Amino acid sequence: MNFHSNKAIYIQIADLICEKILLQIFKEEERIPSVRELAINLEVNPNTVMRTYEYLQDLEIITNKRGVGFFVSVNGLKKVTDYLKKEFTEQDLPTVFKNMQLLQITIGEIDALYQQYLKWNKKPL
Amino acid sequence: MIHFNNVSFGYTKQKPLYANIQLELKSGSVYGLLGKNGAGKSTLLKLMAGLVHPQKGLLTVCNANPMKREPDFLNQVFFIPEEIDTPNIHVLDFAAEQVPFYPRFNQTQFLDYLKELDVPMTKLNKMSFGQKKKVWIALGMASNASLIILDEPTNGLDIPSKRILRKLIASIVNEDNCIIISTHQVKDLDSLIDQIILVDNGEIIVNTDTNTIIEKIIFQHSNQQEISNSWIYHETSIAGHLFVKKREMEEDVSKLDLELFFNAGITNKIAIQELFNQKS
Repeated sequence: MNFHSNKAIYIQIADLICEKILLQIFKEEERIPSVRELAINLEVNPNTVMRTYEYLQDLEIITNKRGVGFFVSVNGLKKVTDYLKKEFTEQDLPTVFKNMQLLQITIGEIDALYQQYLKWNKKPL
Repeated sequence: MIHFNNVSFGYTKQKPLYANIQLELKSGSVYGLLGKNGAGKSTLLKLMAGLVHPQKGLLTVCNANPMKREPDFLNQVFFIPEEIDTPNIHVLDFAAEQVPFYPRFNQTQFLDYLKELDVPMTKLNKMSFGQKKKVWIALGMASNASLIILDEPTNGLDIPSKRILRKLIASIVNEDNCIIISTHQVKDLDSLIDQIILVDNGEIIVNTDTNTIIEKIIFQHSNQQEISNSWIYHETSIAGHLFVKKREMEEDVSKLDLELFFNAGITNKIAIQELFNQKS
């Protein structure tokens, strides 16, 4: 995995897990890869993956069943949506706004483009 | 796992390299040992492995004194040197010679690793430098030793092998062993290292874990012209400034940039040491 963004690696791995839950590749109440499996797959230190899993547990996105493994929470999908929405609003949007201001793009122009986008791209879920 | 208590060392009595160093390494981690050329990285590794002896001070590795070179100590340590010297025999015969020294050696793992690393089943003198190095890496990874030392492991490795090496290292880390990697190619292995030891001029500048680093400092890019005096260290180019600064409580953590951290530690030693004083 390429860790391109300037976010800490454990957060980038958390984002990856969240995306899989959102796309329902990892489904609610199903087991997700073990710390070791994921560490080998992503070529990272298992302690980093452990940190990711602790972080996701704090957000109540995943739960740890001792001796069995980590599972997506019962209402994991909703928790992920809330978490990613917060991330988008707090981190991605300011960058977009900054560029809109710099390039003097109005919200009307953005809305037109977004409506067009919605027409061409059906919701993947 | 490893404890340096006031250890001093020099290759000659007149020119000490390390004076009274304190250093502690714990199991369950992958240590990255960073330092400039000639900073004494390999020497530090050799001290741990009992290849060179401290002039004074107490050094304990795996509850033993490496100076005594007892079999019960040596069979827990696997050292993969930077420069490799291998006899002119078949790879499997070479392995068979090494295996008796490592009671937890796993032959199945060894053969798997050779295959994954794409090492040909031939005599060692028919192999390239990189291929020989891979034989050593496969041996070390399959030794199941408690302490595995890799001195510049990615030197000479081809592109696919670096990826395999990362996977192998991730697969062997556990709570009971300790892996130490000395490297200049930080980008090859930075996602695996979770403890950093920075050495310069015979001094341990910092020994800390990567979580502490990202909690205490921020690595950022700025397009602005001006240089802030709150920066611990910065590098400037036409693209702007890359800088290191102290992280405030509410700020998001950033990704650890090992090269930037290294340069900050070397050029602004005092600021880095203030933040990461080695009490732990």
